[in-house]
Amino acid sequence: MIDFLNAFVALSNFVLIPAISYGAQLALGALGVTLIYGILRFSNFAHGDTMAFGAMCTILVTWLFQSWGISFGPLPTALLAMPFGILATMGLVLFTDRYVYKFYREQKAKPVILVIVSLGVMFILNGLVRFIIGPNDQRFSDGERFIISVREFKALTGLKEGLAFKTTQGITIVTAVIVVIALFWFLNRTRTGKSMRAYSDNEDLALLSGINPERVVMVTWLIVAALATIAGTLYGLDKSFKPFIFLQLLLPVFAAAIVGGLGSPLGAIAGGFTIAFSEVMITYAWKKVATYVVPEAWAPDTLVQLLSTDYKFAVSFVILIIVLLFRPTGLFAGKSV
Amino acid sequence: MSDSVRNTIYFAGVALLIIITGFVQSWNTALFILNFGLISAIMALGVNLQWGFAGLFNVGIMGFVALGGLATVLVSMPATPGAWQAGGAPVIGALMLGAATVVAAVILMTKMKAGKLRSFSVFGVLVVGFFVYRGLFDPAVGLIEDIDPAATGYLGGLGLPILFAWPAGGLLAAAVAWLIGKTALGLRSDYLAIATLGISEIIIAVMKNEDWLGRGVKNVVGLPRPAPYEVDLQSNTAFIERANGLGLDAVTASTLWVKLIYAGLFTVVLVILFVMAQRALHSPWGRMMRAIRDNEFAAEAMGKNVTARHLQIFVLGSAVCGIAGAMMTTLDGQLTPGTYQPLRFTFLIWVMVIVGGSGSNLGSVLGGFLIWWLWVMVEPMGSVLMNFVTYGMTDGYWLKDHLLESVAHMRLLTMGLVLLLVLRFSPRGLIPEK
Repeated sequence: MIDFLNAFVALSNFVLIPAISYGAQLALGALGVTLIYGILRFSNFAHGDTMAFGAMCTILVTWLFQSWGISFGPLPTALLAMPFGILATMGLVLFTDRYVYKFYREQKAKPVILVIVSLGVMFILNGLVRFIIGPNDQRFSDGERFIISVREFKALTGLKEGLAFKTTQGITIVTAVIVVIALFWFLNRTRTGKSMRAYSDNEDLALLSGINPERVVMVTWLIVAALATIAGTLYGLDKSFKPFIFLQLLLPVFAAAIVGGLGSPLGAIAGGFTIAFSEVMITYAWKKVATYVVPEAWAPDTLVQLLSTDYKFAVSFVILIIVLLFRPTGLFAGKSV
Repeated sequence: MSDSVRNTIYFAGVALLIIITGFVQSWNTALFILNFGLISAIMALGVNLQWGFAGLFNVGIMGFVALGGLATVLVSMPATPGAWQAGGAPVIGALMLGAATVVAAVILMTKMKAGKLRSFSVFGVLVVGFFVYRGLFDPAVGLIEDIDPAATGYLGGLGLPILFAWPAGGLLAAAVAWLIGKTALGLRSDYLAIATLGISEIIIAVMKNEDWLGRGVKNVVGLPRPAPYEVDLQSNTAFIERANGLGLDAVTASTLWVKLIYAGLFTVVLVILFVMAQRALHSPWGRMMRAIRDNEFAAEAMGKNVTARHLQIFVLGSAVCGIAGAMMTTLDGQLTPGTYQPLRFTFLIWVMVIVGGSGSNLGSVLGGFLIWWLWVMVEPMGSVLMNFVTYGMTDGYWLKDHLLESVAHMRLLTMGLVLLLVLRFSPRGLIPEK
């Protein structure tokens, strides 16, 4: 019995908790991608760098607060700075929409042209972020590091295996839950949210019923900016902030959005967790868990790692391919334009 | 102004830019830009095949370029003594077994009736196949990587002349492109984009981690060269005399001469590929491709097999990128998987194609040279600009230091700006498709 408890604790420590917080970050990122896809009808390649930009603004404000001596008690100061980061990112996306995307929208350009345009925006944002904050690793988390540290957990339970629950992981999960609830409340209960869903479902019908498309587009960008900043900041807090990481995040984020079904917010969340759990579980070395569960004679002498961690991209990619082959519209039937 | 006059002016302009660079900076820099410009032009030709001819959106160019680089190692390096005996056969066997597993799963999938039995057997074949594969593969790889890990630790290559690697790089890229095209083509256009983005990251991850194949991040250095070594030239009396006759010292002359040899080889490849692309564009096949691009449904209604044609041109375009990748690694003389960046090898090529003019081969070549020149020269030009901007600030002021330090990142900013401006104000590019 104790063995099973130990196995479960090891599993939670190395698989469940990291996967849940990573999944929450991916889900927030994928929600942004999927909303843009649903309303503006193109895959926004600049989304990763929008996340980087939002996180960067948050970091800059965090540093300002830290230099003023403002802190948030045991919680990271970045949480206080996040609203300012969101505002800055909102300004940025409205600016790019007004001066870049709007032109093509009015022309009714093909979606792939908009994708290429978003590549241009990606370049500029990437350059901008590196220009302002530099290409290096930035640490900006402060406050308590752990909700429960390994030592405390062992003293508390007397188990052999320890469990560490980082504050950033806790914050990620709590924030993600709040954001998702707020988003769904907005989409399902408010007038603007309903008009957004109507516009996404059937553009012509929505226009006929008097929905102002520019307003819908603007609200979408604002929400996307908030989601991107939150996702970027949480990822930066939990792991570390490095401009090029966000370019690499693009693949799992897109995979999550497509696996869930592009254009479907619920799908984006499901997709985020699917990708995160498969990535972590396939690249985790199961030896520790297995030694507790199986009889001693069968205890594995290898790491029991299905794939090395360097191949985590391959995992999201393979899931993506499988879903594309068998359910091209994703788990929660999304759009196919 | 007729088209040919305009095109001549454009190319003369780019040539002038490179020559000015030669006078202002150094001829070595100018030839460096020329050589990479030639390679970039070939990559742009490949992307133009896919995008300009057929409207396929490939954002995995980096992967195909890297495969070309891998081909140079596999073809031209000498085989590591003892590596094949140690683990060659099991590794190849394991890889073939892995491929066979996937094929078997696909066959089961298509031949059996849908239902629990099918899901179960496909899953079973994959799981069993995976573990047998790992069981064979891991120990053999360990044996190979243990052979003098500081110097080799990989299988090595065939030891053939490196020029053979160029077509081989094309073939390797084509094979992978066929696999990815077979799965992702025929779906929506964005899916191909994501799929290619993914496959390129995976190719780089494989090259970084599979040490037995190409030494991973330990890099393979000292690839054989199709040109003589500078050191040999510098000790060659005939060469020194000729250099002195031209008023050059032997060291400069040797580096310039080697670069010129590369430039000559690259020009030959570029001209061959350009003529082929041009003939293809004006052939019935090229017209069909453009018809498919402009209206898939109409073309399909006329009896064209859209998916098969897409697959064909996707493979061809990727092969061209593979050839260019092999040439680039040859020029570098080393394979460094850590240096492949999507911004540099995928998105920059896209800027070249769009700026040059999608659908126009001549435009792609022009875009290749022009954007490459800009990519290299943005940094010195940026630092001049920043020195000007910060002129009035006192030394040591944080903003001045920061601005001067960040000059290196001006490149991405400039490229994005160029792309957006061209898309907005001249969406057909410098040399539009006719």
